Amino acid sequence: MQNVLEEVFYKKRESGKKALMPFLPAGYPDKESFVKYIEEMDRFSDIIEIGVPFSDPVADGPVVEKASNIALENGVNLPWIFDTLKYLKGRVKSKIVLMGYCNPFFKYGWEKVAEDAKDAGVVGIIVADLPLEESDEIRKILRAHDINLIYLVGLNTSNERMKRYADVCSGFVYFVSVLGTTGMREKLPDELIDKIKQARQIFSIPIAIGFGIKSPKQIEDIYEFIDGVVFGSALINHIDEKKDVKGFFELWKGYI
Amino acid sequence: MKRPYFGEFGGQFVPELLMPPLIELQEAYEGIVQSDDFQKEFNGLLKEYVGRPTPLTFCENLSKELGFKLWLKREDLAHTGAHKINNTIGQALLTKHMGKKRLVAETGAGQHGVATATAAALLGLECIVFMGAKDVERQAPNVKRMELLGAEVRPVYSSTQTLKDAINAALRYWITNQKDTHYCLGSVVGPHPFPSLVRDFQSVIGKEVKAQFLEKNNKLPDHIIACVGGGSNAMGIFYEFLEHREVKLTGVEAAGEGTPDCYHSATLNKGTKGILHGTKTYLLQTEDGQILPSHSVAPGLDYPGVGPEHAYLKETKRAEYVTINDKEALEAFKLLCKKEGIIPALESSHALAYAMKLKHKLSSDYHVVVNLSGRGDKDLEIVFKYL
Repeated sequence: MQNVLEEVFYKKRESGKKALMPFLPAGYPDKESFVKYIEEMDRFSDIIEIGVPFSDPVADGPVVEKASNIALENGVNLPWIFDTLKYLKGRVKSKIVLMGYCNPFFKYGWEKVAEDAKDAGVVGIIVADLPLEESDEIRKILRAHDINLIYLVGLNTSNERMKRYADVCSGFVYFVSVLGTTGMREKLPDELIDKIKQARQIFSIPIAIGFGIKSPKQIEDIYEFIDGVVFGSALINHIDEKKDVKGFFELWKGYI
Repeated sequence: MKRPYFGEFGGQFVPELLMPPLIELQEAYEGIVQSDDFQKEFNGLLKEYVGRPTPLTFCENLSKELGFKLWLKREDLAHTGAHKINNTIGQALLTKHMGKKRLVAETGAGQHGVATATAAALLGLECIVFMGAKDVERQAPNVKRMELLGAEVRPVYSSTQTLKDAINAALRYWITNQKDTHYCLGSVVGPHPFPSLVRDFQSVIGKEVKAQFLEKNNKLPDHIIACVGGGSNAMGIFYEFLEHREVKLTGVEAAGEGTPDCYHSATLNKGTKGILHGTKTYLLQTEDGQILPSHSVAPGLDYPGVGPEHAYLKETKRAEYVTINDKEALEAFKLLCKKEGIIPALESSHALAYAMKLKHKLSSDYHVVVNLSGRGDKDLEIVFKYL
C-alpha cells in the first residue's frame, strides 16, 4: 500500500522541489486565529505540523516554549485539537502531522490517540522525547491506525543507530540540523552536509530537515539531499510581528 | 546493557540527541563505576574529604518520650551539610574518568548546586548551575556560595522559574555541550542510568547504617524512615535493606500546607502515572498531562515528580509512602533542636515528624532509624517566619 505521507515528497521530487512543512502550536496565537492561519498556510504548504503543547518542552528553544505556554493558557488540549482538525478536514489539502511530547499523549492513552487522530485526518505523529528504545509498542499502535510514527535523528546519531531507525521508520525522517533545541540559527553546522549524505545512503524514505531554519540560503548546500523543510520558530516570529503568512512563504518561492 | 526499568517505571524518554551521551554514561556506569580502582578512589574521597562514615546517633532524650528507640543517621555532618555531596563527588570523579571537563547541574534551593560546585572545585572541573529565577531570588546565600566555589549560576526564566525548569535548561545545555560536559543530576530521577547511578553513589548511607547498627545491637533495625522529594537520600538508605524484608521502609512526602486544595509535593500519595524529564514515574499533573507546580516549606522536597524506583517500591509494597505537612515538620524541627541539640534540615524534619507520630505506638525494644539527610542552618530564615 502507498504511504500517503511519503507520496507527498515523491510528488514534489517529480517537479524537482521540496515539501514545505510549517509548524504551529495548536491554538496559537489564539484558538480562532490558529484556524485562520492553518487555512491560509495550506495554500503554500504540503504538510502542516501541529504542535501539541506541553508544559516542559525540553527539545524546544525559547520561541516555541513561549508559544506552547500561551497555547496552554488558551486552554488547548488534545480533545480541542482533534475537534478542530475534524473541522479542518476536507477544508485543507495539506497532510496533517502532530508534533508533541510523550506525557500528554500517554495521559490521553495511545490507543485513543491513534483512533481519534485517525478520525481527525492525522497521518503522522512526531514525539520529541520518544527515541528508538522506547518506541516499539507505540509505533505498532499507531501503525494499526495508518498513522506514521515519525522519528528524529541528528548530527550525533551514529550510522549504526540510523540503520536501526531505518528498519522501523515510515512517513519521513526528521533530521535535526543542529545539536540543540528548536529556534533560528544564523548558520547551520559545517558537519551537516556529510551527515545528511550519510543519512541519504541509509534511509530509503524521504528526509526532512528542521530546527534552526530561517532562510533558503542556509540550506543551499544540502538542498539536493533533502525532501522537505520544517519551519517553526521563524514562522512564529513572523506571526508575532502581525505580518501576513503569504509574505513568509514568498521568501521560499522557487525552492519549494 | 542492563534494562533501564524498575517494573513499568523508569526508561529513557529523551530526545534522540540525548541518547548518545546517555548510552556513553550507561557504559561508564557499567564499566568505570564498577571497577575496583574507581570504587577505591571514590571511597577514599568519601572518607578523607566528605568525612564518612557519618555517625549513627542514638537519641536518648527523645526515645524516652516516644517509647521506642530512635536513631539518627547523621548526613547533616557530611561536608556541605547534607547527603547531596555523596552523589556529586561520585559523578564528578566519573566525569574526570570519562575525560570531560565540565559539570552542568540543576538546583532548586541550591543544595545540589553547592554540592556540585564543591565537587567541581575539588576535582578541577568547570561548573555551570541552572537555577530557576525565583529560586535565585529566594536563595541568594546559596547563589553566593556557588559563586565562591567557582561555579557560574545561570537563572532560568521560563515557565514556573523553579526546579523543573532548571532541569529542562540543564538538559538543553547538555544536548549542545555533550562532548565535553557531564550532566550531574542531583536526585534518583531523570532518564536511565541516572536513577541507578545516583542511588548507587548514595547507597553508602544504608551500608553504613547496617554495619553501625549491627555493631551496636547485633541485629538489623526494625524500621527506616526517610523524606522523599526526588528521593535520593531515601533510596540511599533503603537500598541496602531492600532484601531484608523484615526491615520496614517508610518514605515521607511533603503535604504542603495540608489543606485539601493546597499545592504540595506528595507525588506518590496524590499523583498519577506519567512521563517527565526522561522517566516514567508518578507526577503531579493535570488530566491533560501538563505538569503542576509543587510546594513544600522544605525547598528540597519541592518537585512534581519522584524517582522511578520509589514508584516501583510503592507498587510492589516493599516501601510505604506517607505524608507530613509543613506545620508537623516545623514542630519536629523545633523538638529536635530542643531535645537533642541538633538543628535538622526542613526536608529531614518531615521524616522526623513521621517518627514523632509513632509515639507510644511501638514497643520499647523497637528500633527506628531516621535519615537526618541535612542540617538546618540553611532553613533558619524560613523557620523564623513561622515561629
